[in-house]
Amino acid sequence: MSDSALHNPPLDRPHRPRPWHNLPFWGLLPTWVLMGFALLVPVVIVAAVSVATRGTHGGFTWDFNLASYRQILFNEGWTGEMEFTPQYLMIIARTFVLAGATTLICLIFAVPVAYFIARQTAGTKAVLIYLVTLPFWVSMILRVYAWMIILGRGGPLPRFLESFGLPPGTSFMFNDFATLTAMVYTYMPLMVLPVFASIEKLDVTLIEAAHDLYANRWTTVRKVILPLTAPGIVSGAILVFVPSLGAVLEPTLMGGGKQMMMGSLIQLQFGGGRNWPFGAAIAMTLMCFVVIFLIFTAHRAARKGDVA
Amino acid sequence: MNEAKAVEVRSVSKSFGTYQALRSVSFDIGANEFFTMLGPSGCGKTTLLRMLAGFETPDSGSIRLHGREVLDLPPHRRRVNTVFQNYALFPHMTLEQNVAFGLENLGWDRARIRARVGEMLERVHMETMARRRPGQLSGGQRQRVALARALAPDPEVLLLDEPLSALDLKLRQAMRDELRKLQRDSGITFVFVTHDQEEALDMSDRIAVLGAGEVQQIGSPTEIYEEPANRFVADFVGETNFFDVEVLETVAGQATVRTPFGLVITAPETGVAGRRRATLSVRPEKVNLGDQAQGVTMQGQVVNKNYMGGYTHYTLDIGGIELRASRRNASREGDAIAAGETVNVGFAPLSARVLAS
Repeated sequence: MSDSALHNPPLDRPHRPRPWHNLPFWGLLPTWVLMGFALLVPVVIVAAVSVATRGTHGGFTWDFNLASYRQILFNEGWTGEMEFTPQYLMIIARTFVLAGATTLICLIFAVPVAYFIARQTAGTKAVLIYLVTLPFWVSMILRVYAWMIILGRGGPLPRFLESFGLPPGTSFMFNDFATLTAMVYTYMPLMVLPVFASIEKLDVTLIEAAHDLYANRWTTVRKVILPLTAPGIVSGAILVFVPSLGAVLEPTLMGGGKQMMMGSLIQLQFGGGRNWPFGAAIAMTLMCFVVIFLIFTAHRAARKGDVA
Repeated sequence: MNEAKAVEVRSVSKSFGTYQALRSVSFDIGANEFFTMLGPSGCGKTTLLRMLAGFETPDSGSIRLHGREVLDLPPHRRRVNTVFQNYALFPHMTLEQNVAFGLENLGWDRARIRARVGEMLERVHMETMARRRPGQLSGGQRQRVALARALAPDPEVLLLDEPLSALDLKLRQAMRDELRKLQRDSGITFVFVTHDQEEALDMSDRIAVLGAGEVQQIGSPTEIYEEPANRFVADFVGETNFFDVEVLETVAGQATVRTPFGLVITAPETGVAGRRRATLSVRPEKVNLGDQAQGVTMQGQVVNKNYMGGYTHYTLDIGGIELRASRRNASREGDAIAAGETVNVGFAPLSARVLAS
């Protein structure tokens, strides 16, 4: 070290502009680029398409037009008069009901499962968590087909129930039950994992303290366990509800495609329907619902922030 | 002992796998008593406390609270409250709500709960923070709230699981006095678990020393310290010197023994009758040095000296045998004996103890 460096404390060194002086900016740049191209640009494109005009033979032209959004609520007659049609609203409502039901059923199953896993020893815990995530290693389409076999005519479940007197040749396929089964199955891990994380964090002595202070099981669950695991339950619900809204595969394959959900409706418009602007408009509508839902839950979480 | 028994523990045993935590433990705790279970970690004291609370079930034996068998009652049906080691305050509730929790579950009406919560928070000097949450409190404050919460339902027995261990030294001192006062004022039976012998000696009416899953001795703090029942108790409670001695004669609670110093002394004994070898226990503060040396007197050289402020520890060499002594520094010159010096060393035989080895 030179003499002058010894006598000059670091703070007095002349300020030299360095290329990396704004490290947070440069460090996060890859993230910004990725987010921009992978998220923002596609959303802008879809938004743009949603206000474009449908071409005569499929495709679209870049002419500003809100007709696609109008089409969600109104049917345009021959003479140009607008007639209210609830058919798409019905699909939106169905989507919400099915996604809500999926979330609820996942929650009912996931809480005891997560609670059970959280109470195991470290080794068992790791194995069980691995088993919960195991289905992710298999292609989703394969898993749905597996369910089609299980529930379909001559499949294991109908055959099992036929031995209890169910008429032969019964199929549980191509209805809301089948759709719901596949959706609950698909999204269950997304509920189990965050709920498990919050239950595992829960201090067992708090449960003991509740019992010690004369709380029975139900009171303990209601007043202590649920409030303290709420953050995990809320994030699990978001992780299940949001992708459920956009589910395509399950309603198409399991529901038989007769009863549509928003996801399959969008897919149809971009595919067989050849109506890209309308598909984009429904996609944007779906996204708006999701964003509103997320803002609502984030707002609630922020208000309760000092608790968790 | 008090006529009414708050707790009766009878032949309680418990194993965890191959590890035997408790071996046929029996004792009684009187009503309004401050009873301490003292012992090293793993001695079974916490297991016993958790059995009283209902979180553990003994493999065999019985536990009665105020004459009533409780083993078939779950924790929430026992009129017992616990102050947990880490306090276990509900983080999502205000202090008020924490204290009210037990009362709500007991079905008290709102007005009565409000009054009781106010009264309890006042008693632990936390009334100004009623609306805060546990996360905003210091360790000592949490401790007080945990006490208020456990005392609010007016339990038959209050269980305290090492409640002072997380506090710093000064605060621990203050809380000891406060706990003792709370116990006297409330008239509730306190069962206190600790591994800190000083805490136990300071606060308790009676102490049960537990070791290796068994009750080693039960008695008043003075009995435990001055008349230890065995080597384990003498060793665990306080500092002491142990010497292997040869028993020459035992008569009426007194044993005449030959010490390794060559001297023959007669000192009080416990459980030595009929044995040839025993252990002599001499507490360091009972050993006098220099011109204060009386009783059994010997010559010893100061090998090491540790000045502790209020007192000084000396390690002495008496003909090749080590003896520790401690002396209160009553004046500035209290530690006038220098290392290397040869001094008179003495102790009164009555203050020593002959124990089964």
